[in-house]
Amino acid sequence: MEKKEYLTFRDGINACIPTILGYLGIGIAAGVVGKNVGLSIVEIALMSILVYAGGAQFIICGMLAIHSPISAIVFTTFLVNLRHFLMSMSVASYFKNEPLITSIGIGTLLTDESYGVLMSALANDHRVSSAWTHGLNITAYLAWILSTVIGGLLGTWIPDPYLLGLDFALVAMFAGLFVLQVDAPIKKHTKETLIVLGTVCLSLYFFMGFFSPELSVLFATLLGCTVGVVNHHE
Amino acid sequence: MSNTYVLLTILGCSIVTWIPRIFPFLISKRVDFPDWFLRFLSYIPICILTALLFQSILEVQATGFPKVKTLEALSCIPTLLVAIRTKDLMKTVVVGIITIALLRIFLG
Repeated sequence: MEKKEYLTFRDGINACIPTILGYLGIGIAAGVVGKNVGLSIVEIALMSILVYAGGAQFIICGMLAIHSPISAIVFTTFLVNLRHFLMSMSVASYFKNEPLITSIGIGTLLTDESYGVLMSALANDHRVSSAWTHGLNITAYLAWILSTVIGGLLGTWIPDPYLLGLDFALVAMFAGLFVLQVDAPIKKHTKETLIVLGTVCLSLYFFMGFFSPELSVLFATLLGCTVGVVNHHE
Repeated sequence: MSNTYVLLTILGCSIVTWIPRIFPFLISKRVDFPDWFLRFLSYIPICILTALLFQSILEVQATGFPKVKTLEALSCIPTLLVAIRTKDLMKTVVVGIITIALLRIFLG
């Protein structure tokens, strides 16, 4: 593996390339959905700029289409995106000594994917600068906005991203990020790590029988962390 | 669909999405968390990525437990192998896309 740098804004942009690929597929799809429920390009762009959360944007479009009350859409979005709270919680202390505005900037643009890329850098004991993180975050942000706008502009004229396998880019990315994250703990604490992974998978499967996928991810994560803490010994 | 309805929805959603994202960054500057809590937080990345990966190969059913998406699950095998071998995200994503595209053409 070549030596990677985690210091400059430019390195951050480079680290974002797999994310761009994933956002292109899902973002175009989100734009197409937005267009189909009757949103204007400006509204599609505005949603990406202000909400910036892939899964939630599909849900918002779906609920707008059936004229759900604003309160219901906002509450659903809150629940769907609550997992960001956990992610922010787990990286916040790393940027503790940065100026407040830098921290807010990093938190504002945190997504599943940028969080994963950031954590895999941190998990491998790399020194990560805030400039690098901004490079990663801002590139992902722009890629998302642009993709949804493209989706909205092209509407149904473009080839199905599903057929090109582009929707799978994010799944593949989660797979890669998962491996990067699990690599060290599974070698050091094999049994404890397997118990945590098993807890997350089993409980996720169970929760998804009763709750939305997003809430299930949240609950399974909380349970996995609890099991990890209880089982932990030096 | 009225413009105000859409705009208010977007605005409301942006606020409830933004606050959980930045709130931890605000309090981490003031509060020192106890050890057990830091340990709890240290499990978040591995748990959340496991959950996100597993969730993306599951399909919610109208009733009962979710179903495994066969093609996606199959595609995860070479994808995970490449990830383990190379530890390179870009190669992982490219192999994943090619695998699922081939599977969908020939089996889908």
